[in-house]
Parts: sequence; structure tokens; C-alpha cells
Amino acid sequence: MTNETGKVSFTFENMAGSAPLVLSGPSDASKDKWYIIESGDSLKITQYKYYATNFVLHSDSGNYKQPESYYLIDESIPQSKQFTIDEVPKRKYTKISFLIGVDEERNTSGAQTGALDVNHGMFWDWNTGYIMARLEGVSPQSPVPSQTVSLHIAGFQGENSVLRLVTLDLPQPLDLTDGGLKNIHIKADVLEWFKTPNEIKISEIFVVASVGQDAVKIANNYSDMFKIDHID
Amino acid sequence: MKHIRTSFVLAGIGILALSGCKTDPSFDPKKGEIAFNIPQGWPKPVYNFEGNPLSEAGFRLGKKLFFDPRLSRDNSISCGSCHQQFSAFAHFDHDFSHGVENRLGTRNSPPIFNLNWHGGFFWDGGVNHIELQPVNPIQNPVEMDEKVENVVSKLRADDEYRTMFRNTFGDDSITSQRMLKAIAQFMGLLVSSNSRYDKYVRGEEGGSMNEAELRGLSVYRSKCASCHTEPLFSDFSYRNNGRKPSALNDSGRARITLVAEDMYKFKVPSLRNLKYTAPYMHDGALKSLEAVLDHYASGIHQSPTLDPLLINGIQLTAQERSDLLQFLNTLNDEQFINDIRFRETQ
Repeated sequence: MTNETGKVSFTFENMAGSAPLVLSGPSDASKDKWYIIESGDSLKITQYKYYATNFVLHSDSGNYKQPESYYLIDESIPQSKQFTIDEVPKRKYTKISFLIGVDEERNTSGAQTGALDVNHGMFWDWNTGYIMARLEGVSPQSPVPSQTVSLHIAGFQGENSVLRLVTLDLPQPLDLTDGGLKNIHIKADVLEWFKTPNEIKISEIFVVASVGQDAVKIANNYSDMFKIDHID
Repeated sequence: MKHIRTSFVLAGIGILALSGCKTDPSFDPKKGEIAFNIPQGWPKPVYNFEGNPLSEAGFRLGKKLFFDPRLSRDNSISCGSCHQQFSAFAHFDHDFSHGVENRLGTRNSPPIFNLNWHGGFFWDGGVNHIELQPVNPIQNPVEMDEKVENVVSKLRADDEYRTMFRNTFGDDSITSQRMLKAIAQFMGLLVSSNSRYDKYVRGEEGGSMNEAELRGLSVYRSKCASCHTEPLFSDFSYRNNGRKPSALNDSGRARITLVAEDMYKFKVPSLRNLKYTAPYMHDGALKSLEAVLDHYASGIHQSPTLDPLLINGIQLTAQERSDLLQFLNTLNDEQFINDIRFRETQ
């Protein structure tokens, strides 16, 4: 790193409403955390992960786009929720943007590695493409005997694309010219998956395992789940 | 350091042994590396090893992986189990193939050659890249029923693989990406372009065709070539060729695209190497080429997505049929199925 660049770190905190998301385990039912979603249905969440990629820092004097910018935020892996972008030019940044999901190029260019390794349970082997966001859970409103809720939100092309660009204004300019590491704290409310503009009833959408309307509805819901909480 | 030297020398011997007396366009021992050459008159391939530089070490690693049953959950099935060289890398005499624990698949195992010209993989084209093709059979419960993650763990525990990955990629880190790229090197070099027809087209020695075969070529060009386009003998489109859906009711391409117009459509297979690849069709239900021609003459199942070219079937006189079969026989590439470079034993 030269004196011309600084570092910006990101911390993602998954929330359920105003409280931190608590995953329920597969075994110990006494530790289950039940949530009530917008439709009134009950849901416990056992697995939750999504891709955040193509980070860009915006400033009046030019944008900085991170090369090789691919992160898999996995609620069960604390280290996955915090990462640092090095070698950011020293400017005064006012906005950030990133993509929820993996861009089309990386869905069509063969075997990848790192966050995009096919081993993360986020890749469809029979119909090529990354699962952009994945939520597994249980709901009494699910019509199958196992009460399964399994939402695999995927699709990178045309009207089935669930890729969503998130642009967030910073509450105050992030000034890298004064040196030091800056940390952007982002909160993401999982209950938004089921809320607006498409209220989701679990009895109607409890499994999403292909591209199409249901995936797009949920992507439209979660596209506004991210908020910048603070910068320190 | 000593280790690296040893394997380099071994690789050198391999080049000499493998190159033999015949020159092969895709294998240039003088350069000390594997080469991929586009056969004369063929179109540009979809995949030309971009980001996956070919090497002898990579090819050998890919070949070892291709024939290694450890890619399956119970270490019983390799890629080569259902893709046999003598069958042009199809599964000889099997309508459907059996995976681990004798679980039966639902579509005929396709041959493997000239894959670098394919835009989509599998009968339904669901996989969009040759490097990602192996993930599907490895993880399919009725094929190898293994997780790529577990395969990578098995490879990491094996000294020989660590050496081979180091020789290929410069260090012995073993990842799914590297494994898949190596398999793509082996599969991509399975080029079949030396049938008698090819030699005829190139004006080479051994490329003579008799009158019946030449008449058959004309029959092919007027009745078959709109889908089975030269020189790959497929246009790689997805079409409903009038096979009546079995009880499996395989929706074909529609399973991928989810649109009704794609119901019962399957990728047009090549007409190369048919002598070795029976049975035929995605359902593996036709045991002979006679049966295939019978299907096109009188067995077409009418349905809304039937290819318009097949509404009246394909009608041939007895003479045309005989000539066509003789022509198809010139598309068999004996050199390919006997090529020692692709043979299982090393």
C-alpha cells in the first residue's frame, strides 16, 4: 500500500427487525428463535447466506471499484461478515454500492474459486448459476410435513435476473485523506424478504428452487434490506 | 526440488512414448506441450482453454481424475465408467447408466468428443461451461452422489495428486477450480476429426469414398444436414425429434428454461462415431441405426413442440436408406477410439 491509498472495512450485521438475527439449530428446540413475518406467519431460520459483490466507493472526484470483489456473507460464519478493502484511493467518499448476487460474467465463465467456489452450497450444478441468496428455515404454515421453508434465490439473465444493485448514501462523508482505517457498519433486516412490495405467505411460497417469478418477488423485497448503521 | 526434477523427467519420457510414430495435430512433442488445433475447415470453438493454459501435466492430471472412482461417494464409479473410449466415450450397450449402488439414470449417456464446440452441456443444455460440466455427475444422486468438497478432500490426502497439481499449477494447493480446469483439459482434447469422411473432405490419403457412400452423403445433405450440420454434425440446437415421452415424461430443455415451447426438446447429437455409441436418442431406446431411420420414417410422435421439419417424418427409398447408412459409416473415427493418449491405463 502506498501513502495514496487507505483501507475501508465493512461489517455486515444481519437483523430480524430491530434485533440481531438468531439462527435456530437443527437439534436443540429450546434454543429456537421464532419470528413473525409481515403476513403473520411464524418462521425460524436455520441457514442464511447471500452474495455481496462488486463493491464501489463513490466520490465527487472519482469512483473506486474493487477488483475481484466477491463476498459470501454467511450468518453462521462470523468472519464472513467482516472484510476489508485495501488500496482505496484517498478521497472523500459519499456513497457506496454493491450487487446482491454474482454478476452474469462469473455465471458464464467456468470454474471459479474463493467465495465463488462451487463448494459453498450456493451453486446449481444442473442448471448453471449461483444461488444469490439462500434462506433455510421451518414454518408451521409450510404445507409440507417437514414444515420446510427453503428459498434459493437465483437467476442472472433477462426478466428472471435477481441481481439487485444496492446504493447507499453515507451518513457523513468517508474521508480517507485524514488516514486511518474506516469501518462501515451495515445492517440487513431479514424480515424484509417477506415484506414489501410483495407480502409473502409461507403457505404460498415455501420452496424456491428455480428461477422465475417467486425468486424475483423475493429479490425485489430484499433489495432494500440494507441500511448503513454508522461509520467508525 | 529433487521431486520436481524427477517428475519433469518422467513427463519428458511420457511425451516420447505417447507421440509414437504418427504425428497428431493436437499433440506437439517438439514444443514439449499439448496443443489444441482447430481441424481444417472447422468453426472457431466455443472454448479454447481461456484462463486454463494447456500443459502435458494438466492433461495427465485431468485424465487421472477422469478415470478415478474416488470422484464418487463410495469410490466405485469414475467418469470413465459411463464414458468408455471404445464407445467414443459413451456407455456401450446401456440405455441408461447405473451410478453408485446401481442407481439408474434417466437419460442415455452421451459420447464425449469435440466438446469445445458445445455451447451447452447435457441433453438439456443446463450447464453452460465445459469446466462446470463435471460438477453435475459428481453430485447427482443417481450418478456419483458425492460432494465436490469431499472429492477435493480425498485428493488433498493423496501425495501423487499433490505432486500432479504442483506440476500443473505451480503449487500443490488443490481446489475445485483447479480440479475442474484439469478435467476440462482432458475432455477438451478429446477431438474426433479423423474419420474417413474427414480425410475425404481434406483430400488426404485414406479419404476415398465409394459411389454408395457419396450418394449417401447427398441423402444426408438433403435430409439430415439442417439439424446435424457439418462439420460437427450437429447445430447444437434443442429440438423435439418426435420421441414419444416415456413414463419418465422427461421435459428436456424446458426443465432448464421453464418455457412451454421447450417441452421435450433435447440437444441435437452429432452423427459422428455412431458405430460405437448405440443405443441412440436421449431415451436410449433405439438399439440400431435401422431403428433410428424407422423412427424418422414412421415413428414420429406428434406434439405441439415437434420440430416443424419432422411433421411428415423423413421418408427415404430403400436405396437412399442403404446409401445413407453407408455414408454414416464413414463418420466413424477409429483413430479416436484407439488413440493411446486417451486410454485409461497410463
